[in-house]
Amino acid sequence: MTAVSAPPEAAQAVPTARPDAGRRRPRLPFSPWHLLLAPMALLFAVPLIWLALSSVMSNAEINRFPPALWPSRLDLGGYRYVLGNAMFPRWFANSFLVSFVTVTANLVLGTLGGYAFARMRFAGSRLLLGLMLATMAIPFQLTMIPTFLVMKQLGLIDTLGALIVPSLVTPFSVFLLRQFFLSLPRELEEAAWIDGCSRLHVLWRIVLPLSRPALSTVAVLTFLSTWNDLTWPLIAISHDTQYTLQLGLTTFQGQHHTQWSAVMAGNVITVLPVLLAFLGAQKAFIQSITSTGLKG
Amino acid sequence: MSRVPTPITLSRPPDNLRALRRRRAAESAMAWTFVSPAVLIILGLSVVPIIWSLLLSFRADDLVTPSRWVGLDNYRALAQDPHFSQAVHNTLLYTALYVPASMVVGLLLALALNRRIRFVGLYRTLFFVPFVVSSAAQGVLFSFILDPQFGAANAVLHYLGIPAQGFLNDPSQALLVLVAISLWSGTGFCMVIYLAALQDVPASLTEAARLDGAGRFQVLRHVTLPTLRPVSVFLLLWQTIEALQTFDLVYVTTKGGPLGSTTVIVYFIWEQAFKNATAGYGAASAYVLAAALGLIGLIFQIARRRLQGAAA
Repeated sequence: MTAVSAPPEAAQAVPTARPDAGRRRPRLPFSPWHLLLAPMALLFAVPLIWLALSSVMSNAEINRFPPALWPSRLDLGGYRYVLGNAMFPRWFANSFLVSFVTVTANLVLGTLGGYAFARMRFAGSRLLLGLMLATMAIPFQLTMIPTFLVMKQLGLIDTLGALIVPSLVTPFSVFLLRQFFLSLPRELEEAAWIDGCSRLHVLWRIVLPLSRPALSTVAVLTFLSTWNDLTWPLIAISHDTQYTLQLGLTTFQGQHHTQWSAVMAGNVITVLPVLLAFLGAQKAFIQSITSTGLKG
Repeated sequence: MSRVPTPITLSRPPDNLRALRRRRAAESAMAWTFVSPAVLIILGLSVVPIIWSLLLSFRADDLVTPSRWVGLDNYRALAQDPHFSQAVHNTLLYTALYVPASMVVGLLLALALNRRIRFVGLYRTLFFVPFVVSSAAQGVLFSFILDPQFGAANAVLHYLGIPAQGFLNDPSQALLVLVAISLWSGTGFCMVIYLAALQDVPASLTEAARLDGAGRFQVLRHVTLPTLRPVSVFLLLWQTIEALQTFDLVYVTTKGGPLGSTTVIVYFIWEQAFKNATAGYGAASAYVLAAALGLIGLIFQIARRRLQGAAA
């Protein structure tokens, strides 16, 4: 097994002759690191496994003590209740709509703003960019009370609009895309200039096709933060027809304290979209998070 | 020699200049169309609220009836409010426990995964997956697992012969339980950041150290960890700011209880502003938090510059 003979440091290096190749310690049939990693992985996985299991258990099974740790049979009562009697389908649609509009708007407005800041000369651009950057340091708690009041003035409180408008475009999206556009070679665009293409044409035909990585980073991080947000919906929404999944799940749990299987079914519905998106595009997710993290 | 150089600019047809200017103006107008939605939304929903918040913090305001000016009274009251100081205390304790633990465990996992062993991809996925689970979902899930009566955690303890615990219902345990839940979801983030940074540690550096006879531990201590220092500084800042702003998980699991043992600063702010109808007081406490965060950010900036200076 290569696993055992690979020296721990410099695992990325091309295997070459090693000074310690002759030094052999008593062999396990697997790398000793598994002794640390496997129990840890189990610890991390168990809560989510339990989430899936309990969502298909009956309440009777859960509510006895000690509760069963494995469903005796598949019971879909929780899902039936959540999809039939509760408003989870509605909340799902709300969450989907809010996330979809927010992600799209961030891509469009972030691209336009980022491109102008990266490539176009206009009065006040430096000042504006500096101001935008500075706003990234403002904690949300400082703006949430007045933002609530602004949304109230606009008549958006208790509508999905209140959830969408404040995050239509974030300074993060603009700045990330600007940085990416700056890294592209100018010559490509200049060639198109000379051929008489317009700005928008160049942006659409030449810049955007090259910007997939940055666009997917913006999409992934915007989706993650919008779908998972609880604080702002909690403040801006009070009527249950306008709830997002996160808010709906939280209130549902408060009202159905003993119907744990239904609560867990609702929880699965809340988590599943993000989980599937993550598992489907794991590389993009992790790259988005590390690339922005390491530059910060 | 008194030959006057020909004024080149004048010989240029004025048409060209005008065209250039026109093009510039057109470009400027276009650029403004491109940036104005972003500028309007971002600055409109940050600059205006910041000033509004500041004014609010000098007022008594319930967000419904007209407010009245109280000067610095809100801040004075904050300084004496035992609930606020308890919130500060809880937040600092939470941060002091969560941040180092998430970084150390994250680093350990990254070091373990930065090698050629089987199932690396599977391990990485399992450690990271909780990070994408929302705080609301985490809160609901762990309220269930840790439910003193019906929870799986006490069932497992029961099988092991250990007496049932109160977990989130026990004032002496609740905050620690919240730290543990946050570690479950936040460690994976530190791990992937460290993992990415480890892959940038030049292999030639560790090779050279090993050829010079350095042991594994020495390589780790004298080569690997120092190259990770900038990433660690970044993570420390990031995790600290995140931890000081914790809210969702607290709201879903304990609502600040039992007995105020998990009331964190942001929960306090939210409660004052949106539950107790004392928005001015809430705004004042938000300003205190923002000032603290700003100060921390500043300290880190200075530290990072020092670090870069030392490296150069």
